[in-house]
Amino acid sequence: MKIEQAMWLDEQHELLLEELCELSGLSETELRELVDYGALAPTDPDARRWTFGADRLVVARSAFRLRKDFDLDPIGLALVVTLLERVRDLEAELRDLRARLPGGRR
Amino acid sequence: MKYKDYYRVMGVERKASADEIKSAYRKLARKYHPDVSKEPGAEEKFKELGEAYETLKDPEKRAAYDQLGSHSPGQEFRPPPGWEQQFGDGKFSFDDLDLGDLFSGMAGRMHRAGRGGGKIRMPGQDYEVTAHITLEDAYRGTEVNLDLEVPEYDENGFPHRVRRAFKARIPKGATDGQRLRLPGKGGKGLNGGRDGDLYLNIALHPHRLFRVSGHDLFLDLPLAPWEAVLGTNVLVPTLAGSVRLKVPPGTHAGRQLRLAGRGLPKPHGGEGDLYAIVQIVVPTVTSERERALFKEIAEASTFNPRGHFEQEAAK
Repeated sequence: MKIEQAMWLDEQHELLLEELCELSGLSETELRELVDYGALAPTDPDARRWTFGADRLVVARSAFRLRKDFDLDPIGLALVVTLLERVRDLEAELRDLRARLPGGRR
Repeated sequence: MKYKDYYRVMGVERKASADEIKSAYRKLARKYHPDVSKEPGAEEKFKELGEAYETLKDPEKRAAYDQLGSHSPGQEFRPPPGWEQQFGDGKFSFDDLDLGDLFSGMAGRMHRAGRGGGKIRMPGQDYEVTAHITLEDAYRGTEVNLDLEVPEYDENGFPHRVRRAFKARIPKGATDGQRLRLPGKGGKGLNGGRDGDLYLNIALHPHRLFRVSGHDLFLDLPLAPWEAVLGTNVLVPTLAGSVRLKVPPGTHAGRQLRLAGRGLPKPHGGEGDLYAIVQIVVPTVTSERERALFKEIAEASTFNPRGHFEQEAAK
């Protein structure tokens, strides 16, 4: 029987550029454009072979859906992805602050 | 087969132009796209919308759909005579077919026909599911039962919606908003393509006592005024049972007392912390004697909690 290894999508795991493409559905060109426009960052941009934290897969999959469903051009897509990431970061910060409030409400 | 009114789903007239359909799609997609929408039920609505648009944006499919006539949504119907011959190859039975599957299957088959009927390797579909678990489940690791409605392809290339129930193991280390990938647990690949993956979004149920941020937990610790002044030893609940916590004398409200390693376990070792946040609570019902004692403190104490107000006023 095949053993299925569950994988947490966090920065502890790394994915190669090709793996990120295959798993997200984005082409290599689309992925490189997202990097060029600052929406997605490899772990080390100077590395010979780019790797990405596995948490970037969540972003890349979202980018793939948005590109397909809204017919977005690369710069528009990069902008949407960057802003969505900022919203997610702010939501996480808000969650953290709420957890610290005495009697904190959700 | 049950009828679905794609024009109604998209909010356009039956005679709408291709441009009108595209523009209606964009407006509704903007509203319900699961990646950007906060509307309740957005995912379901977006799926309906996608299905309607896939059919209506393609002139060939739209013509085939229009030929089915107009029925009430959900009504059982049969295509008019000759429809299968005109638009399909008649190799399928309508009885157990979903209308959306019929039209998406049409694309799949045309696609294959376009490539000389050869077998194209197609990766299986990825599934994405939110798993709602309790904090205790996240602490220990758990198994969730998933019940998904997924398309499966028959020998004629038509997808059929089937219910698939399976278990997925969520290892220790989960927390709110975290994602887990289960490789190969998605849809089956076609013609040697790889199987799809299952993506689990972890969502924690709110807990009666603990609030969660990352792998840290926060707990309100109510203290009586005298406990806060004199210090005390209290029993504090944790996910691994109660532990004793020393409250130092002179503990003020809002102070966070840290219980190291008493939070959620992290996926790659180590644990988060538990923070007990001090709240000073006062009894609402007091006896004669208690009131007398408080009065005595009030008279004896020189403590001025609002000294800084007076300093400010004197400036």
